[in-house]
Formats: sequence, structure tokens, C-alpha cells
Amino acid sequence: MTRSIDDLNSIHLDVLREIGNIGAGNAATSLAVMIQKKVDMKVPVVRIMDIEEVPGILGGEENVVSGIYFGMDGAIKGNIMVLMDIQSAKMLTGILMGKDPADFRENEMYDLDEMDRSALQEIGNILSGSYISSLAALTNLRINLSPPSLCVDMAGAILSVPAIQFGEISDKVLMIENRLFDGTQEVTANFFLIPDENSYGILLEALGVS
Amino acid sequence: MAELIKVGMADLKIAKAPDVLTTLGLGSCVGIALYDPDKRLAGLAHIMLPDSTQIKNNANKAKFADTALEILLKEMVEAGALRSRLYAKIAGGAQMFAMDSQSDIMKIGSRNTIATKKLLTEYRIPLHAEDTGGNYGRTIEIYPDSGRLLVKAIGKGMREL
Repeated sequence: MTRSIDDLNSIHLDVLREIGNIGAGNAATSLAVMIQKKVDMKVPVVRIMDIEEVPGILGGEENVVSGIYFGMDGAIKGNIMVLMDIQSAKMLTGILMGKDPADFRENEMYDLDEMDRSALQEIGNILSGSYISSLAALTNLRINLSPPSLCVDMAGAILSVPAIQFGEISDKVLMIENRLFDGTQEVTANFFLIPDENSYGILLEALGVS
Repeated sequence: MAELIKVGMADLKIAKAPDVLTTLGLGSCVGIALYDPDKRLAGLAHIMLPDSTQIKNNANKAKFADTALEILLKEMVEAGALRSRLYAKIAGGAQMFAMDSQSDIMKIGSRNTIATKKLLTEYRIPLHAEDTGGNYGRTIEIYPDSGRLLVKAIGKGMREL
């Protein structure tokens, strides 16, 4: 039987939230090691939402955000997207590259240079890698991630990519909202899990709650 | 007062001057604007996929180039437009992420553009202007008073088609 995101019930969501929790914990640890600073996190929020609502939580369709996109391969196929508003992206890059966020001009995206961009991709790598490792460990499924691909542009335009992919199956997405703190600054990273059509069944079965 | 009417993703609407139709943040999707200069009537569709016949979940007609164009034409003719007078302007169809694998889904932007142009040819609607492709998002506005199409992109300013 083909499953879709609509088959996820509250128990599935609890399991995914717990995986998100472990994943975010691992991500916070990895980030802390990388920037040699303490990184705290809040319990992630897991939500299923209409893809049309997503730009709303990111400040509207035209708001500039950074999206880091990954392909998933192995037992579960599909994509992962890490979305951050541009302020969070600059803050994280700033911490990583030793820049003051004020060094970036307001609302200017093209002042992210090549180093900033690879730093952002690396952050995306850590966040999604941590989540996927937790998921793989808990489900005993082997999942590989492709190298990251970064795009800084309007939220609506970036979201059109997963929206189209989802659009072939459903109009809802699974979102995990992670909040990280480095003591003074708070960063929100939204994480979208996009298994392909055949992977939902495998995922639900592996979660042991189907 | 002229109203700015928003067309969402997988949505379509028509408007008469002085109102304006807009769709925000087109990425791989394509915005299809149709215009009747005599009636000063415009229609705008924000399509996500090229072909409804390839997809099982195809209840939303505005999501696909083929069904969206069909409905948009019907609504415009019902509102007084003459099919033979219509012309089109299109924008969008970008490839937002560069990825080598998964080429099919990643090329969806250009597939959307190609499908749209093919349909316009089939309907014999002339394509007067386009701003498609690239790797960036676009916001567009179609003005039924003149038929001009404004295209805005981050860091690239504004273009008038």
C-alpha cells in the first residue's frame, strides 16, 4: 500500500519529534565543537503543515532566506531541506567565520562570499547529518545524504522546489523547527523531511508504529 | 482604488484595469499571464507542474500547465475576452538548486517553461515576452491597463516585459 504524509498520526509525530530531539542534540554538540562555544537548544517543534503556509512562518514569500538542499538515498529516498531566515544564516556564518553579524549589510544577500557560503553549507550538513544519523540509528535503516546545495533567495522561490516534489504526492510537509542558542544569540533552523512516495511506508514500518 | 490581487502557488485569477495581479516568489514554477488589450482584462496562473495527466494527485487544476491554461482561458472568455485577441507573457521556470543527481525533478523549471510554450502554441496564443530560466526567484505583476508585466528579482532590480 502506498502511504503518504497524511497517514502520519500523533504517535508517528511523537517518534519523529524524539528523533528530532536527539538529532538536534547531536547537531548542537557538533556545532559547539566546531565553534568552540557552548550551544544550547530548545525541544524541537514537529509539525505537519500545508506547504502554502510555510512562507508565512518564514516572513512571507518574498523574504530572503537560505535553503540548503540534500538528496537522501538508501533505504529511504527523497530530500531534506534546511531553511534559515537570512539573519539566522548570517549569525551562524558570522559565529563560524569569526565575523560580527553587523559586518553584513542589512538585507544584502550578495555579501555572503564563497567562504560564508561554504560555511553555511557545512552548517546545513551538520544539522541534517545529525538528524539522519539519529533516524538511521533508531530505525536500523541505511540512509545516505548527498552533498549540500545552497540557494539564498525569496522564500517562495526556494520552497517551490520541495512544493513541486511534494505536489506529486501531497500538499503537506513535515517540518521540524530547531532553535539553537550560543548564549546570547538565538538561531532558528527549520528542517524539512521529504521522503519520496515509496519511502513513507518503509519509514512508518521502521518506526515500529505503523 | 486599484487593488493588488494576489495569486498564490497553484492558483489562478483574472482582473480588469485598474486592478493588478501579482504572484510572489516564483521559483521553478511558471507564471502565465494572458492579456486582452481591448477589454483590458488580464489573467494570471501560477503553475507548479507541466502535465496533469502524469500525476495521480491532480485534483487542483491550477497546479498544472495544461489544466490551468484551460481554466484561465475559459474564465477570461466568460469575462468578455476574445480568444483570438489574447497574447501571453510568461516568467519563472528557474532551477533554484544545482544538483547533478535527481536531474529529472531538478529540471522541473525548464520542463514547466517548455510545456507552457507548447500549450500556448497549441492554443495559438502568441507569446509576446518571457523572462524564464536562471537560478533565481521572481515576483511578477501584470497590469491590465497596459498589459505590461513587471518582474522583480532579489539583487537584480526590476524588469518590464
